[in-house]
Order: sequence, then structure tokens, then C-alpha cells
Amino acid sequence: MINNDRSAIALSRSPIRSLSLQELSIIAEIPREEYVLKCTSACAGCSDSLALRYVLKAAGPDTVLVIPACCTSVIQGIYPNTAFNVPVYNIAFGAAAACASGMSNAFRAAGKKTNVIVYAGDGGTLDIGIQAMSGAFERGTDFLYICYDNEAYGNTGMQRSGGTPLGAKTTTTPGGKTDVKKDIDAIIAAHAPPYQATAAAAYPQDLFKKVQKALSFRGPSFIHVLAPCPPGWRYSTEKSVEMGKLAVKSGMWVLYEREYGKLTMGAPSRAAMKKPLPLEEYLAPQGRFKGIDPKTVEILRQQIAKTFAKLAAEEAAP
Amino acid sequence: MKKIATGNKAVAEAVKQVKPDVIAAYPITPQTEIVEQIAEFVSGGELKSRYIPVESEHSAMAACIGAGITGARTFTATSSHGLLYMHEMTNWAAGARLPVVMATVNRSIGPGWNIWAEHTDALQERDTGWLQVYVSTVQEAYDTTLMAFRIAEHNDVLLPVMVNLDGFLLSHIMQPLDTVEPGDFIPPLHLPHAIDVKTPAGYGGLTGPDRHFKIRWDIERSMRDSVKVIEKTQDEFSRRFGRRYGFTEDYRCEDADVIVVAMGTLGKEAEVAIDQLRNEGIKAGSMRLRWLRPFPDLDLKGKEVVVIDRDYSFGRGGILATEIMAQTKEEVFSVIAGIGGQEVTFEDVADFVRQRRRGTEFWFGVTVNV
Repeated sequence: MINNDRSAIALSRSPIRSLSLQELSIIAEIPREEYVLKCTSACAGCSDSLALRYVLKAAGPDTVLVIPACCTSVIQGIYPNTAFNVPVYNIAFGAAAACASGMSNAFRAAGKKTNVIVYAGDGGTLDIGIQAMSGAFERGTDFLYICYDNEAYGNTGMQRSGGTPLGAKTTTTPGGKTDVKKDIDAIIAAHAPPYQATAAAAYPQDLFKKVQKALSFRGPSFIHVLAPCPPGWRYSTEKSVEMGKLAVKSGMWVLYEREYGKLTMGAPSRAAMKKPLPLEEYLAPQGRFKGIDPKTVEILRQQIAKTFAKLAAEEAAP
Repeated sequence: MKKIATGNKAVAEAVKQVKPDVIAAYPITPQTEIVEQIAEFVSGGELKSRYIPVESEHSAMAACIGAGITGARTFTATSSHGLLYMHEMTNWAAGARLPVVMATVNRSIGPGWNIWAEHTDALQERDTGWLQVYVSTVQEAYDTTLMAFRIAEHNDVLLPVMVNLDGFLLSHIMQPLDTVEPGDFIPPLHLPHAIDVKTPAGYGGLTGPDRHFKIRWDIERSMRDSVKVIEKTQDEFSRRFGRRYGFTEDYRCEDADVIVVAMGTLGKEAEVAIDQLRNEGIKAGSMRLRWLRPFPDLDLKGKEVVVIDRDYSFGRGGILATEIMAQTKEEVFSVIAGIGGQEVTFEDVADFVRQRRRGTEFWFGVTVNV
């Protein structure tokens, strides 16, 4: 959702800082056209719609979104209205990638280059949609699959998903999740797509560039976007960008991209690897981690270290 | 062109001539031969379709939907468990008003694993908004597949069509096949609601209680309108290609006292039984039901009715019998026969008629019948 007044207020409150030339040039590159229009049904502080705004700016008007059951099914508005200025095809929960597969084939058969983008939540990607997604990647479907990850079934009121991290409370894990988050990126990597990346709604320029890059490849590409969710994670609505940044700075979320299998870590994650923010700074503002057992925090910390070590080794490998 | 073909190959032959833009398919016995044959057509360059070898039937229908909404012509084929696995998406295809054509090779449902003919698979799709037609010969499988595209894609219909053929009894039986040049009998598909990036629209999003029923009613309205389209299409087919089809195929029904109603190959088998019964002085006729959806008006007034179901709805009865009971006041003798490929000969069908008892149900081969 775009709320100019609010961003103006936010801007007036933030300390004045001059933008670097590089930052200015990226902002200049981002088109002014809006494809996520005003009056969506998104919750206040929604990262999903923030991310989608940049995804569509990067993709442009010759794009069709395929959306399984997820928060975005709601955010787009109620028939006969739509808040998105590109065609949106809604499809059943487990079927997004298969539907996109048919759509992409039909467009290519008709000689059209239209971007086919699946925009799906973590439940629709890591859980119920994984089979269709795996099939579409294995078949080399020419499409972009974006998973915006709010780490639970947000649309149905925050039930546990395969994307929920260890220790997080959801409505179906009231005592905190006892299993670790599914590593969907490793599963995607096993399909060897030409391009895959992680991103975060809190780093929109990075997301914008990655979407443009992903769409420049023929064949399947995947972007996994961290999308903090105020009602689900139980933090106050103005902190969504901050939560995303804390996730990256603490190492709970790592920004990287893999181009034809070659991994490059993003600068913020490279910095976090050298000197991670104490994990507690990320966990403390979130109600879902309230009362988390110190042993669980220790396991999370070890996981972060392991993930960094693994990715650094992969990046260093010739 | 005259040739010899199986039911499966006849379907594939018709599909080749209709030239779908996208075919998405997953193998399952006894349907596999259809998609194998189509894959061969595509790989040999005889058919310029995009062939998507999906990883499940759920995805097969989802891919047909995704392709279909761009305005592409689509086809798939399945059977039994594959059809049940697809069930969520068959509903979606109809709700999305996409003229997908699908061949269903009717097969039993497990457990235990049984690959033989039964209609319970397709009948579980009865309420999804698909038109359903059941065929009985190789020629009819071919002709009906051609007509299915024409009917599904008609502007007054725009609903998917399922062409049903009995597993093995028809799918793998060789019979003579006379193929035609369909030409403009199959006009290009113009989907009025196809995706257009220049005029962005949302499809299938949130729909409130104030609107959803209207969309459902519109499906029913088109289902009713499809009756005329089916009639016209079958008439035109007969004028162009010389073979006549109706909603039912009636055999010696005019002066009959007792009429056997069945679908698929059993309905054809019944014709032999009718001749035998007539020789014995029993005035019997056969009414083989082709179109189950839309369900036609059957003229059964004043007749004794014997319905043979190769299917069952537990706790209620034979599904076809139940449908017919809902339409006619005549008391029905309901026979459940041919389940899971159980052998039923014309002799058996003649016996059903000889031993008919109005208003009762009879499970063929089961010793205790009440």
C-alpha cells in the first residue's frame, strides 16, 4: 500500500542523511509507475505488499501474476475490483507453479514474451505447493517464482508452516515450534535453476534488481523474500522494515544470489557474517519469540553460524 | 480414412486433428496410451502442440487452466485415481469457464488396486460443472472427441467437456475407425475472457455472498444452453460426416414395454440382449445414455425401466438409477453390474430383464440380494 502522507511523516522524523551517488542512481532507475494501487486490503505494515510493489515495478506491465491462496489473494481486493494494475490469475493453494507452467507455455507458443510470475506465500511454496513447484522447475518452465515468506499461514491467522522458524509461537504451535525451518532454497538449488536469490522487503532496491535479473534469464528462476508480518510476528506495525533489517543483520536471514550455480552473498549479509548483531535484538521485539527457551536461542545461533559457514564456503569455492 | 484403432488411439487421433495449443498430461492405466500417442505425434512433428509432461494430474489440470486462460486450446486425459486427484482443479476449470477437453478412461477406484472398467470415477465429478459424455465404440470415441471441442468452445457454453470411455473394454479394444477432415467444423477458439496485459483484470479473486451465487447460476445457465449447442453440433456432424448421435442411442425402444438404460460399452452390449429378448417375445428396448451432463429428458413414460449401473453411491444406490428415479415416476429395477471390470455378457443383461423386479436393487454376482 502506498501512503504518501505516512512516508512523509516517517521521513520528517528520520535523521537527515545524504544519499550516496549509487543510492541515488538506483532510485532514479526504479520506475514511478505503480502496479499496486491504493486501497488494497493489506494489514498496516504489510511487507508482502511492500515487496510486491517493487516486484511489479521491476517486471513492468507485460506481466501476469499467478497467485495461490495466500495473503495476496486478499490484498488484491474484492471482485469486481482489483488493486493490481497487471492481470492476476488466482488459483488453488497447491497449483500455482503448475498453472504458471501452462500459462508460460501458452504465451511462448503464441510468440509472447509476457512475464509469468508466481507470487506465493511460504505455505503455498514450502508445504502444499512444493510438488507442483518442483515439477515446474524440473521441466525448465520459463517463469519466475517468488515466495514471500512471513513464516506462517498468515491469511488463515498464523498457523505453523514449514517456513516457521524454530521456537516461534503460532496458533498451532502455542508453545513455540519444535522443528527447524525448511531449507527451501537448498531444495530449489537442487533443481539447478539458472537464477535464484534471497531478498527481503526491507531492502527494496536489492529486491528490484534481483527481479529484473531473474526475468532476464530464460527458464525458471526463484526469489525467496523475507516478509515480516506485524500481526503474525506480534510487533508494532511501523517496524516492518526494521524487522527485516534486524533479520539480515542478525543472520537469521541471509541475502545472496546464485547465478548458474555461482553464489554471491549480498553486502549486508557479508557484514553480518563478520559481525552479527546479537540475536536477542531480533527476537526481543517479536511477540512470537516471547519466553523462548535460551537453549532454543542457542540452537538458532548455531544454525546461523552453520548457514554462514556453508554459504561462505560455497562462495569461496572455485 | 479407414483404419483399425483402439479407443485410446481414436481419441489421440481426434486430438491431433483439433490441434490443441497446450496438452498437459500424466500417465495412468488404462489412459496412458492416449498421452503416449499424442507425445509421439508431437515429437514426430505431426502435431505442433506444447506438450507439458506434468508431475501429477492435479498439475495437469492446473496447467490446462493456466494455458486456457490465455486463450489457448487445451487437452488432457486421465482415469480413476488420477481424476480424483485432479478433482479440485476440475472444479476450477469449470468455474473459470475454460473449455478444456479431457478424455477420462473409466476405471475402478481402490483399494484394492483394480485397473478395470467402472464409472464411479467420472460420476464423482458429476457436480463440478463439466459436461459429461459416455461413448461405446472406437468410432464414437473419435467422433465425440471432435465434437467435444466444438461444444466446449461454443460461446453459449464455455464449459469443460469430459469424454468417457470404458477402461480396456473400449480403451484397448481394436475396432474399425473412419477418420474425417474436420476443417472448419472446428473453428479457431476465441475465449472472450482471455488474459490481456493491455487491459489488466483480476480472475477468481475474493467474491462475496452478494455475487458468488450469480457466477454459479451462470454456470447452470450455460449448462442449460449447452443442450441446444449439443443438438446442433451433433446434427451438423451428421450432415457433414454422415454419422448421427443423440443424447441417447435408442435401440428398438418405440414399441418396447421394458427399457434397459446403461452407459458406455454395457449400453452397447445391451442391444444384443434386446434382440435375444425380442426373439423370446419380450418387447424390450435399449436406451444407452450418452450425455450425463446436461442430463437429457428421457422418454420412459409407461415403460418398465431396468437401469444398469457400473458404479455405486454407498448409502443411496446406483448413481444412474438414482438420476433416472429423480426424473421418472416409473419404478426402476436397479442392477449393479460390472463393478471393477466384473464380466457382464449380453446373456447376463438379458437375464436382468427376464428377472426384473420393479422398485428393487440387484447386485450382480452377490448371492444375498434384498
